[in-house]
Amino acid sequence: MTAIEEINLTVNGERSTHRVPVRMNLVDFLRNELGLTGSHVGCEHGVCGACTVEVNGACVRGCLMLAVQADGLEVTTIEGLTASGRAGALQAAFHRRNSLQCGFCTPGMLASALEYCERGGAADRAAIREHIAGNYCRCTGYQSIVDAIYEVIAAEEAQ
Amino acid sequence: MKAAEFDYAKPRTVDEALAILASHEGEVRPIAGGQSLMPMMNFRLAQPDMLMDLNALEELQGIRDEGGFIIIGAMTRYRELECSELIAAHIPLICAALPHIAHAAIRNRGTIGGSIALADPAAEMPALMLALEATITVVSSRGVRRILADEFFLGLYETALADDEIITEIHVPRSKAPAHFAFCELARRHGDYAIVGIAITAQEIMPMRGLRVALFSVSDRPVRAVAIEQALENTSVGDAGAMKLAVQAIGSMAFQDDLNATDKTKLHLVGVLLKRALTELCT
Repeated sequence: MTAIEEINLTVNGERSTHRVPVRMNLVDFLRNELGLTGSHVGCEHGVCGACTVEVNGACVRGCLMLAVQADGLEVTTIEGLTASGRAGALQAAFHRRNSLQCGFCTPGMLASALEYCERGGAADRAAIREHIAGNYCRCTGYQSIVDAIYEVIAAEEAQ
Repeated sequence: MKAAEFDYAKPRTVDEALAILASHEGEVRPIAGGQSLMPMMNFRLAQPDMLMDLNALEELQGIRDEGGFIIIGAMTRYRELECSELIAAHIPLICAALPHIAHAAIRNRGTIGGSIALADPAAEMPALMLALEATITVVSSRGVRRILADEFFLGLYETALADDEIITEIHVPRSKAPAHFAFCELARRHGDYAIVGIAITAQEIMPMRGLRVALFSVSDRPVRAVAIEQALENTSVGDAGAMKLAVQAIGSMAFQDDLNATDKTKLHLVGVLLKRALTELCT
């Protein structure tokens, strides 16, 4: 018999109540129950970073947290980061710099990059690389991703 | 893959957690940050009957300075350690090690207590506990125990922690967390588990006194390299004779192969890291 728990959480600013199987991880819940398919499921063991979402303002692996553990918490996915405009500058820079090809890693990459920017990360290529080391991209070779993040921070610093 | 089925409990107090551990039939697995346990469950390497979530236990959170110790709650996340002024001021060795622990998103959620309880031989925190002469406080419905880090790590994922116990806090003596420290790690990629790693503290460096040398990812558990400590005690960095003795001492230790490297490779790399770490210790 599958254990079920009721959870109350806020996703992208909207509060709601759900009954979830306790073994369901957060990213599966977001995708399959809420239809928020921007967060991707890659490795399911915390290595690839494709499922990165914000929980209470900090990036976490959506596959290494259970939906039931998000009870009472605030979750923000790429859909929320897009709607609020928080990721807008990075998204524009990713577009401009061609920082994605297949796009599978992009939502997680943007969430991680945004955390780096919002924590006051420096326009320092090595530090940017270190921060996004937990997000795998199999297409771009990272150069253009680092370029985009660097560009956003450098532009902010120049202001 | 997805985790196998389990029951779930989220106690609000430590007493409630201990009651669950004392009374529940079958395997109850406490989950802290879950950054290692969740992958193990997704791979079905761990299939607990019940997952007991420690994330609501406020008693296990926070860092404080008390009675000559920096006391770290078991549920303190790596990110909190990164941001803590107390840690920066009194246990800079932890700050030196943190960037090597996985990635930012993992450090946002992973906890110090979880890493110590899991006792992965390639993990940083258990080795740091040895170098810092930390004491690990564990509690069960039978009472409280304080276990020296030297006596805590017993083997591969094996610790002195009994099935009905959880870690509540870690005491790091302020006098043993001196300004003289070094941390070095070799990994294939940034954030990967170490191929080998070393953490050193010293009371004095000119000459070196009160050295504690801890190695990780060399054996089935983190190990104190007492033979290296003895070879270097009362010597100066750059003392070629002492270094030779220290390297000989490494040769006398029993290392174990893993997927990354053979015991011989690890033996060589520990020598490399020791030299780097001693240079770092004295700069």
